[in-house]
Amino acid sequence: MASGKEIRTKIKSVQNTRKITKAMEMVAASKMRKAQDRMRSARPYADKIRQLAANLSQANVTDYQHPFLARKGQVKRVGLILVTTDKGLCGGLNTNIQRVAINAMKEWEAAGATEVRACCIGNKGFGFMQRVGAKVISHVVHLGDTPHLEKLIGPVKIMLDAFQNDEIDAVYIAYTRFINTMKQEPVLEQLLPLTGDRLGTPEGSWDYLYEPDPQVVIDEMLVRYVEALVYQAVAENMASEQSARMVAMKAASDNAKNVIGELQLVYNKTRQAAITKELSEIVGGAAAV
Amino acid sequence: MAMTVHVDIVSAEEQIFSGLAEFVALPGEAGELGILPGHMPLMTRIKPGAVRVKVPNQTEDELVFVAGGILEVQPGLVTVLADTAIRGRDLDEAKALEAKKLAEEAMANKTSQLDYAKAQAELAEAIAQLAAIQKLRKRAH
Repeated sequence: MASGKEIRTKIKSVQNTRKITKAMEMVAASKMRKAQDRMRSARPYADKIRQLAANLSQANVTDYQHPFLARKGQVKRVGLILVTTDKGLCGGLNTNIQRVAINAMKEWEAAGATEVRACCIGNKGFGFMQRVGAKVISHVVHLGDTPHLEKLIGPVKIMLDAFQNDEIDAVYIAYTRFINTMKQEPVLEQLLPLTGDRLGTPEGSWDYLYEPDPQVVIDEMLVRYVEALVYQAVAENMASEQSARMVAMKAASDNAKNVIGELQLVYNKTRQAAITKELSEIVGGAAAV
Repeated sequence: MAMTVHVDIVSAEEQIFSGLAEFVALPGEAGELGILPGHMPLMTRIKPGAVRVKVPNQTEDELVFVAGGILEVQPGLVTVLADTAIRGRDLDEAKALEAKKLAEEAMANKTSQLDYAKAQAELAEAIAQLAAIQKLRKRAH
């Protein structure tokens, strides 16, 4: 049996761990609320732009089909935007999304894809993508607690340009969708080419007056649209991260609490045994005299 | 009552303005645009600048600064998809200075990244240990 001092040291160390996990739990809880608000405040823009894109697809534009809407034959090269967190300690969040990504990559390979180009948003996905042998063409880290569109414009543009130049045939995005505090779901969605169900239903059909000309406006609109989708994914991922971290840290704190309780019991027993032993020795000694 | 048109100004990060207006003025790519209710459908890019919305029964116009974006007009609806828009009245120097300071602090903190990663790895290990102990205990009972 371990000595009293050893157990005391162990209790101390578990207590320290618990302090940290408890603090992280509380920080995550407060950040989670803000992240959820941000996720919701991004929705009006996404809704509006989806509506606009739908209206546009109905408007009679003079024989102009934007490359984003064009389906390509066989998908040979795939672009994948992998949204992960910057920091760890958030349960299985990153592992789950990485599993989804690797399964998708296997499927693409089976379907005849030869190359995967990745864009990693967040620290955790970067190393993973390198390990599995995808070509990482862009990487964003340190998004902080507030997602900013500014930081996403660059990496999204790299993907869009590659798509437009026929370097890749499809673009997918993998992120963790926020369902509720206890449940987050890793999802993989097709970003490009833009398919029908991604666009909403049009409100009516009319022709817009375009200034300066239809092509320029439509180009710009669709780029914004894709950016908005990526932004929404990042915002959801952040809300998921904070909730997952809160839950993971709560479990860790609870575990620590139980362990402390049990160690305390062992410590008390050892102490009592030592006292009893000493007493009986004294009594025994006195009797001998 | 004067004719009104519904105006929505949204950026990717938040909804900035939503409500009725008698008149909207904004910097279109081809020049300043003034939109009254019943304007014909129009879609155009807008330049960085101020969007002025005349709200009924309000003497002062709502001013919103936009860093570019897209404008869509339907007869009863005006939508401004702003790139990054901050409310005009919030555009004060103090805020700009604060943002600058934050950026500088963040740059200075770069070295702490390694320490953070190390601390995190240690904590992850401790948590894994605790979880393992719990599992073992449960199995023993």
